[in-house]
Formats: sequence, structure tokens, C-alpha cells
Amino acid sequence: MMMLEGEALAISFGGVRAVAGVSLAVAPGELVGLIGPNGAGKTTLLRLLTGVLTPDTGRVRFEGRDVTRMPIHRRAQLGFALTHQIVRPFRDMTLLENVMVAAALEVTVHPWRALATVDARAARERSMALLERLGIADAADKSARSVPLGYLKRMQVARALALRPRLLMLDEPLAGLNYTEAARFADLIVELNEGGITIVLVEHNLGEVTRISQRLVVLHNGEVLAKGAPGPVMQRGDVREAYLGTSADAEAAHA
Amino acid sequence: MDYYLSVATFAALNAILALGLNLISGFCGQVSLGHAAFYGLGAYAAALCAVAGAPIWLSIPVGMLVAGVFGVITGFAALRVREDFLAIVTMGVGFLFLGVVRKQQWLGAEMGIARIPSPLDKWGYALLSIGAAIALLLLSLHIRRSWMGRAFGAVAQDEDAARSVGIDVAGYKITAFLLGTAAAGLAGGIYAHMTQLIVPDAFNFVQSVTILAMVVVGGIGSSWGVVAGAVLLTLMPEMFRFINDYKLLVYGGLLLVVMRFSPGGLAGLVFRLTGRRLA
Repeated sequence: MMMLEGEALAISFGGVRAVAGVSLAVAPGELVGLIGPNGAGKTTLLRLLTGVLTPDTGRVRFEGRDVTRMPIHRRAQLGFALTHQIVRPFRDMTLLENVMVAAALEVTVHPWRALATVDARAARERSMALLERLGIADAADKSARSVPLGYLKRMQVARALALRPRLLMLDEPLAGLNYTEAARFADLIVELNEGGITIVLVEHNLGEVTRISQRLVVLHNGEVLAKGAPGPVMQRGDVREAYLGTSADAEAAHA
Repeated sequence: MDYYLSVATFAALNAILALGLNLISGFCGQVSLGHAAFYGLGAYAAALCAVAGAPIWLSIPVGMLVAGVFGVITGFAALRVREDFLAIVTMGVGFLFLGVVRKQQWLGAEMGIARIPSPLDKWGYALLSIGAAIALLLLSLHIRRSWMGRAFGAVAQDEDAARSVGIDVAGYKITAFLLGTAAAGLAGGIYAHMTQLIVPDAFNFVQSVTILAMVVVGGIGSSWGVVAGAVLLTLMPEMFRFINDYKLLVYGGLLLVVMRFSPGGLAGLVFRLTGRRLA
């Protein structure tokens, strides 16, 4: 059974077909990169897959189950986690508290159970372990307002991991990080994938995404232009053309 | 003595109203400018029950239930809008309540409901309302410490992030509305029995703004602060009679001053002076 399947997904915004009938399947254990030039529809596709947007037509299946119209919090409860492109911390909480909210999923899943539960030890311990694993335990008690972007990006991943997901969707996880940070963060993504989590990411940093992905899906004008192993895909003329404009321009750029 | 007892009773009722609104606005981050409508719903429902012959231990819970049910309905409406728009929707709920009550003969229209049975004496109402206020304060403090409080905080701070960590944002918002409006209904039920006469104007927009002012002056989100705000704003018009004529002006001005100089209200002031955060 596929971990994630998108079937003929399409959505238009005011007459513009942002995603025009895209199908893709992700097998358990894969690390798939979704790339394409600006405006290709990759972020929109990711949002259709994660449920931030509901497609006009098409279906999304998670482990065989139709989740097209399932709200995000229900998906999170099932093990389908996501991180946001722009970091979304709970600003009045510390980094540790941010992760704890996710780690207490079994409690917060029902308001009345949440009301009856004060004990936070288990969630605290597990969250602390996750912060350590992501190398940001030193800032555990710092307010989310006061730490640099790199910390917040890692916190977001820790928060997603606290949900014990089987599938993790990352929206531009490397955006805003410098060269070294991006490389380290990319290594971390590989590590998580090797630990058994299926990962799909949208990323602009072509160098890192081709380095770490097992498979690439290239979008162009809202459609799948190419898919396959990173090396061969990036060698294709049509992919280069999509990124660099016409092939004549590409040659001129090389000259 | 009677005078002090009735001031204490009103301070306690206002504390219940303010703590209820604090659950919705302070804990869960949902603005409400129509809280007096739920106070009124509780009062009218309890009054009708009592006039029909129900004992007080039944009429007051019925008032809570009616207010809570309408609170849940308002909560569902609140799911579609945020912030400024939510403020307008809840303000509309307040006006809708008044508009309907004023025209209904069976609710006494402008004359309200009179001769509501009053089984307790002044001491009885004072103890009942103070007891209820203390119970609600303890509940608020407990919620803050519990996972419900953390989930409310997540919803208040970032709804999208809350969803992505599996929190049922809609469910928590409706829960906040249910608890907060049922509390207002409780205050309304006690009020109806105590005064024996209720009229629509007791639950108007000025009353909603007054409750909001208590929450903001006390320190939105702080249960102790909100109680202090309620007591302060109950005593103020008692000590300075002229305030009664200019309530909206004075409370509006007070809101402005607090927002400008101490957004955390009294609780924020305490924190700045002593470094201790009030729960």
C-alpha cells in the first residue's frame, strides 16, 4: 500500500490553473523532493496533499484511506504531519512548551480529557528528548520570540516528530538558512528518513534537494514535467529549460 | 449592612461574568462584545422557570443551560470569522438578543419580568454569588494548569499551528464558548432571583463593554487579575456616582488608557512591579 497518493489533483484560483491534474504516489520509507521553477505549483500541490487547501477535483489517500476532505488536525492524529513554510511557533510559549503541545496529542485530542489532565511529565520528557535530538535543547526554556530562525525551524520539526508521524511533509525546510545550516538540516532530514519516516519536501535549494532525495518530482505550469532519480532528472533538457527559460537561453547562460 | 452586602453580591456576579469572558477571550483568544446577552439569557430563562414555580436549585441551572446552548451556537458562528469580524458578530448577537426580547410579550417586552420569586435573603445571595465566583476562579486556575489551558493557548496564539499539532481548533473554541457563556448564565440566574425584576436594558451593549473593561483592566488571561478588575469596576461607580451617567465614556477611556500604558492590565502591572506572574 502506498503511504501517500494524489490522484488527478487540480485547483484553480480565479481562472488560473495552479495545479492541473497531478497524480503522484509515495511509497513507505521514501524521501521525495518536489521541485520546479517559481510559480510551478509545488507549494500549492503540497497544500492540496496536506489539506491546507481542498482540491477542486481529485483525491488524496493516506495509507489507502481517502483524506481529501479530512481536516488537518485529524490527519495529524493519524500520523500525517506537516511543517509550515513560514515558521509558525506558539509565540508566547517556550520552545519546550511548543513541542509539549504536540507531544500531548493523546490528551489534547479531546477537550474534556485535556481538562481532566494536569500532569505534563511524560510530554515534557519526550519533548526534551526531541529537542536534544535536534540539537536545540540549550534553548528549551527560551521564548519562541527570542530565538533565531534556525532554532524555530528545528523546533517545528521536533514539534511534528512529537506527533509520532509516519509521513512528514516539509514545506521549504531549508529556506532562510545559510549554507552550513542548510547542509546540516538536510542531513537531519535524511537521518529522520532512515529512522523510518516517509518524507515529502518542497524545496528551492536544488543542490541539497538533489543530494538528499531518493526521487524527484518536477512540476512545471501546474503539471508533472518529470519524475525519477535526481541525477537523470536534472540532466533532462526539458527540466533545464523549465528552470532556465528556453534552451537557447540556457546555452547562452553557459557560454 | 444591606448596602455592603448588595455591593459584595454585585462584585461577585461581575467577577463571574468577567471570569467567563476571560475563558473565551483571555484563554482561547476569541473576542466577544456580546457577553451581556448570555447574562440576559440566563436571567430570563431562570426567571421564567421561577415564575412557573421551579425551585431556585433548578431555575439557575436551567439559566446556565440556556445560556450555554446559545453560547455553543454563537461558537459555531465564530468558527467562520476571526478577530474584528468576530467582534462584530458577537456584538450583533448582543443586539439580536435585545431586539428579540424587547418585542416578545411573553418575555414582558420593555417591561421585563417582575415578581420573580426570591427564596433567599441578602446574605443568601451574597454567599451564593461569592461561592460561585470562588468556584469559577478555582476552575479557571485549574484550566490554566491543565492541558485544556495549553490547548486554548495554542489556539489563541496560532490556529494553523494548533491544527498541525492535532488540536481540534473548532472543538476547543466551542468548548470555551460553552464554559464562558454558561458562567454568564449562572450570574444571570442569581441576578434574576435577587432583584426579582429584570428588564432588557440590564443586558445591553453598555453591560457587554463593562464586562470587557473588567477583563482588560484586570489583565486579559489572568484569572486573579480579572477578579480584581471586576471588583474595582464594581466599586468605582459606587464611590463616584457620576460615573453611572457616563459609564460608556469612562470605561471606553479606561480601556484606551490600559491598552496604551499597560496592555497586561493590573496583572501586567503586578508582573512589572514584582516580577511575579499572576495566574
